[in-house]
Amino acid sequence: MTTAITPAEAGAAAPARRSARVSFAWLGIVPFMAFALLFLIVPTLQIVIGAFRDQDGAFTFANVLHLFQPSILSAYWISIRISVASALLGCVAGFFIAAAVSIGNLPRWMRGPVMTFSGVASNFAGVPLAFAFLATFGRLGLVTVLLRDWFGVNIYAMGFNILSFSGLTLTYLFFQIPLMVLIVTPAIDGLKREWREAAVILGASTPQYWRMVALPILWPTLLGTFALLFANAFGAVATAFALTGSSLSIVPILLFAQIRGDVLQDPHLGYALALGMIVLTGIANGIYIVTRSRAERWIK
Amino acid sequence: MAFLELSGVRKDFELVRVVRDFNLDVERGEFISFLGPSGCGKTTTLRMVAGFETPTAGEIRIAGRDVVGLKPNQRNIGMVFQSYALFPNMTVAQNVAFGLKVAGKPRAEIDARVAQMLGIIKLPQLADRYPFQLSGGQQQRVALARALAVQPQVLLLDEPLSALDAKIRVSLREEIRAIQKALGITTIYVTHDQEEALSMSDRIVVMHEGRVDQIGTPFEIYNTPATSFVASFVGTLNRIEGIIADPSAGTVRVGARDVAVASPLGARRAGEQVSLALRPEAVTLAPRPGQDVAIEARIVEVAFLGSVIRVRADIGGATITLDTFNSPASPPPRIGDAVTLHLSSSDWVVLAD
Amino acid sequence: MKRRSLWSWIVLVLAILYFGLPLLGTVDFSMKMRRGVYSLDAYWAVLGDPRFQATFLYSVVMACMTIVVGVLLVVPTAYWVRLKLPRWRPVIEFITMLPLVIPAIVIVFGYIRLYNTSSWLPLTGSALGTDALLTLGYTTLALPYMYRAVDTGLRTIDVATLTEAAESLGAGWITVMWRVILPNVLVAVLSGAFLTFAIVIGEFTMAALLNRPAFGPYLQLVGANRAYEPAALAVIAFAITWICMGLIQLVTRLQKHTMRV
Repeated sequence: MTTAITPAEAGAAAPARRSARVSFAWLGIVPFMAFALLFLIVPTLQIVIGAFRDQDGAFTFANVLHLFQPSILSAYWISIRISVASALLGCVAGFFIAAAVSIGNLPRWMRGPVMTFSGVASNFAGVPLAFAFLATFGRLGLVTVLLRDWFGVNIYAMGFNILSFSGLTLTYLFFQIPLMVLIVTPAIDGLKREWREAAVILGASTPQYWRMVALPILWPTLLGTFALLFANAFGAVATAFALTGSSLSIVPILLFAQIRGDVLQDPHLGYALALGMIVLTGIANGIYIVTRSRAERWIK
Repeated sequence: MAFLELSGVRKDFELVRVVRDFNLDVERGEFISFLGPSGCGKTTTLRMVAGFETPTAGEIRIAGRDVVGLKPNQRNIGMVFQSYALFPNMTVAQNVAFGLKVAGKPRAEIDARVAQMLGIIKLPQLADRYPFQLSGGQQQRVALARALAVQPQVLLLDEPLSALDAKIRVSLREEIRAIQKALGITTIYVTHDQEEALSMSDRIVVMHEGRVDQIGTPFEIYNTPATSFVASFVGTLNRIEGIIADPSAGTVRVGARDVAVASPLGARRAGEQVSLALRPEAVTLAPRPGQDVAIEARIVEVAFLGSVIRVRADIGGATITLDTFNSPASPPPRIGDAVTLHLSSSDWVVLAD
Repeated sequence: MKRRSLWSWIVLVLAILYFGLPLLGTVDFSMKMRRGVYSLDAYWAVLGDPRFQATFLYSVVMACMTIVVGVLLVVPTAYWVRLKLPRWRPVIEFITMLPLVIPAIVIVFGYIRLYNTSSWLPLTGSALGTDALLTLGYTTLALPYMYRAVDTGLRTIDVATLTEAAESLGAGWITVMWRVILPNVLVAVLSGAFLTFAIVIGEFTMAALLNRPAFGPYLQLVGANRAYEPAALAVIAFAITWICMGLIQLVTRLQKHTMRV
């Protein structure tokens, strides 16, 4: 008996046969997988598992529960506040800059320099950034002195301190805003002129267009970028450490001190502290990835 | 007084004049096409009616009211875009409801109107789908429903079918025309596709380099093109250069022979160059009653196109393309055959340049 | 229309103030070491510091090692996944994004526990071992950027056709990589390399916790003990970042140019 094979069946059969023949293709990614396991996944799992183990290696929730003590909770709380504030302000400011560059009728040549500068500034984090802000907003910094001498405004008398919540937020914005600009400018570019025209010709005003069409379309991108900026700020160690030493107790600095000298008198509490960081940045990045794919589906 | 009037409309971009001296009166309920190649100014004219561009000079009146100073959202116009331009964050029903919602209509009225519009475009079952879940043809029908839901005074369509497959193009253009007739809405349709313009329109405006070359019914545009551009842009055409032999007798010398031309030759004198146009379907290989011109020719090319066979024949100094219907009974002519071409002297069109 | 550009200008001026003032403030502060006059004293002090020279050189070497390891790891993998294992792409992509999710401090914490002197692989036991560990740590930090750059570069060329063409001419697979694939993704690799350099050169957390004499910890140390030198160092660091980004722009533009010709 002979069986007729339709072209579709033949097409489906061919790749299956080929993959059966070159079934050793996975060997090609063994080096990468080994690297990822040894230097990315296993070290992280080590921490995660350690967070649920006691001194003797037995399973326990005690470490995680120990996080709920006032000094650690307050460190998380101030970390979250700084991350939310710098992400939120970064999103708003970055959105307006991106909108100005994309649809704000600025001269076209200005776009290139703005994007290049954003690339530089979003990577200019760490210790030097702290120095720059100390030199500018510190007690003897340029802006502090100018405001005092020219306008009679003493920002330190008004409660500002570069070594505090407000100072750290102000500093983080220097890399948060450019990151937002880099991500959201293409999204604003993706708003089709026809959407605006269709809305307007149907009777919508400009605010109505933004409220009902443009912002809902951009919403996944905005939410996702907010999450990304949150994670970005939450994991930042160097800037905060160089700026405040260990005077400001935020989670990354607490963890840094713990790794260096076991300040918590309990090595497994350090694991739990790190686990908390992974969970928070993991949730934030999860939101980013999910909303991002949704945004791409729409814009396509 | 016409319902939509454009008088002396002109548009300059920087130093380039993209639309010059555009005059058009559109009656209520009329379907008008702007036909021309890209860059001819047809879309710019449409966008001036919509209010997205401001005319450099001239007046645009809708129902007797000058709208040039009005913003697009004050003109009560419906528009359909080539790229559909559906709002991707809204369902089909929400898209159709958009204009009613910004107008602050009550919920019940909006729902009823949306259901009615989805019935008209025959997609009531897709009310809760998102645009990215629809085919191009479905998206464009939704866009049409969205534009019509607000009961606009004028409907503008900017190349609405250009992004679609050939088959859907044909069925959708019939549907658009049927809906337009049923609602009796005054419509301007921009296209570069002459077949669309000829099959749908009450009247066609043929545009070329910012100018109106001709305004007329599809029949007039096709059969009596006013300029050589219209003649060449609309339909397939034999264009033959000749020299006037005898203006009073109406003969033109083409190649080595004189042919009779019924169209008036005007004030032209003997020896002047003249361009003649001839539709391929006017020429036959077998004589038909009423044909008074016969030309000896030799077949140089035969193309079988299905229902039609396109034949090119050399008449000595010029080549004429003619279409004959396919008939299973008689085989097509072969290259090299000596034939006689039959046509009527009134089929010649003398082109103004 | 005019109103629309007015608010754009306001936004832009505010942005220039926010981003310009810290740079201006840093430059200004860095030149105030000598009382009453502007001078480059702080720069000379920094550049003449032997620890500056040593740590900077160390970080440059680490950055170069990281780039080499990163390229050797990422280019063949990205190529192989595109050519033979397209189904694995989401998995590989997910792994390369992990360093954005897991903070560097957590990764290095894991290293310290996993590769300490009493473990099965006591990398932190020797200076050379720790340097290797730091290089690999930096490679994970650079992984998202490197992989994205290379994968985007590969997308623009037809990997399968190029490979088949080369193989039909008798090329072995190392030849294919070195002579065919690498030149075609060179710009992407260079972009990833410059970005890696910018990230690694001033990196603080990993180097500090692994106790290596890198530029980042040195910066922090100077910051804690000196007044004017940190500002000079910040200016130098900003210049390095700017140069790296400028080089990325340059190679991208050069590629566009050659592709047009």
